Amino acid sequence: MQDFGAAFGLAFELIFSGDATLAEVVLLSLRVSLSAVAVACLVGLPLGAALAVLRFPGRSAVIVVLNALMGLPPVVVGLMIYLLLSNAGPLGVFGLLYTPTAMIIAQTVLVTPIIAALTRQVVEDMHGEYREQLRSLGVERQHAMATLLWDGRYSLLTVALAGFGRAIAEVGAVIIVGGNINHVTRVMTTAITLETSKGDLGLALALGIILIGISVLVNGGVMALRGTALKAAYA
Amino acid sequence: MLPLEAQSLVYEIAGQRLVDGVDLTLGAGLRSVIIGPNGAGKSLLLRLLHGLLVPSAGRVLWSGRPADRAVRLRQAMVFQRPVLLRRSAAANIRYALRAHGVNGAALKARTRDWLERADLLALADQPARVLSGGEQQRLAIARALSHGPEVLFLDEPTASLDPASTIAIERLVQAAHTAGTKIVLVTHDLGQARRFADEVIFLYRGRVEEVSPAGRFFVAARSAKARAFLEGRIVL
Repeated sequence: MQDFGAAFGLAFELIFSGDATLAEVVLLSLRVSLSAVAVACLVGLPLGAALAVLRFPGRSAVIVVLNALMGLPPVVVGLMIYLLLSNAGPLGVFGLLYTPTAMIIAQTVLVTPIIAALTRQVVEDMHGEYREQLRSLGVERQHAMATLLWDGRYSLLTVALAGFGRAIAEVGAVIIVGGNINHVTRVMTTAITLETSKGDLGLALALGIILIGISVLVNGGVMALRGTALKAAYA
Repeated sequence: MLPLEAQSLVYEIAGQRLVDGVDLTLGAGLRSVIIGPNGAGKSLLLRLLHGLLVPSAGRVLWSGRPADRAVRLRQAMVFQRPVLLRRSAAANIRYALRAHGVNGAALKARTRDWLERADLLALADQPARVLSGGEQQRLAIARALSHGPEVLFLDEPTASLDPASTIAIERLVQAAHTAGTKIVLVTHDLGQARRFADEVIFLYRGRVEEVSPAGRFFVAARSAKARAFLEGRIVL
């Protein structure tokens, strides 16, 4: 086992030399997580807005379930997607298991409830403020939802960033449906798991530093967005 | 679409009648001002007339018919605290115009026109919510009037504004009245009511106590409660 000093040294060397393996893992992680968040937003934003604005029987129960789904254990999601995509599963014919697509599906399932639930909260708060004015202007419900989504854009970008933070950092789901195959489905979190178990700390640390860096950038982005929004009274 | 009629209008919450059997007819041409003590139900009545609330009993009729979408689109309301969208001043007006089917060159022209009338042209691209209180209320009124409503409801539009802002807003509203918009104004400001009203509706505990021409109301109100209110005595 390398000593820690040497491991950190190797980690920084890998980062600053632009190591090809490192770059490949980081880029795949970003591709998978960003794709998952994009799909999750396409589903979660309108779903959250609809739940905020519409009133229907069972609405409270749907909200409770949605909030509960925010805490879905990643390994359970991985297992469910694995069962669906495996050769014996209903979607096995598509041959998606152990591909980046399977990982995107798994992360989408994980992140969508987070985005939908947080969107519902943001939009509902804004709807309380806007409701009478929008009705007075004769705005129909579908248009009202679009208005609330646009006017809540800064807060909703923060929601999307929160979803991204969750996706990029999870390991349980992607390791089950992706298999951590070298040059195919190896992302930062699964690579860290493998390299640490092998005792090869240099690459694990390099990926960890980059992961923390991404987390800092995401949070910095959230703060900057918030500051801009408050300055323009858009928050 | 006028006259606007309230027939036996009731609004009840938790068994308490906050609007209690209001019968009222508001015709074209007159500036109708609703006054009364706190808790009289003035704001609720305005919301019922504008269709923002569903009455517990009774009905609101426009030219003898319940409001449909076409009638709703020909009204507007300005609230005590202006609710501005999280976008620029100009974009707020454009939003209202688009909601009423105005697009293209007419959209641009009417936006500019109403910003100018509200003396907000220089602030067109400013985020609406960083404007001052008076500027926000002028913008809210400009937005409400931009699509040419036949009736404008105003719920204490100058309640928290300084005299200069109040005058600016009264001028905007007066101009709308001159152009043919029916004004229905709720106010606590008796001075404003005296300046503005053609007819006064005095509301007390959810009931219309008196409807009179303004000239007569402020000189010799028929209702004892109205006289007490005008004299500044506490009306229980």
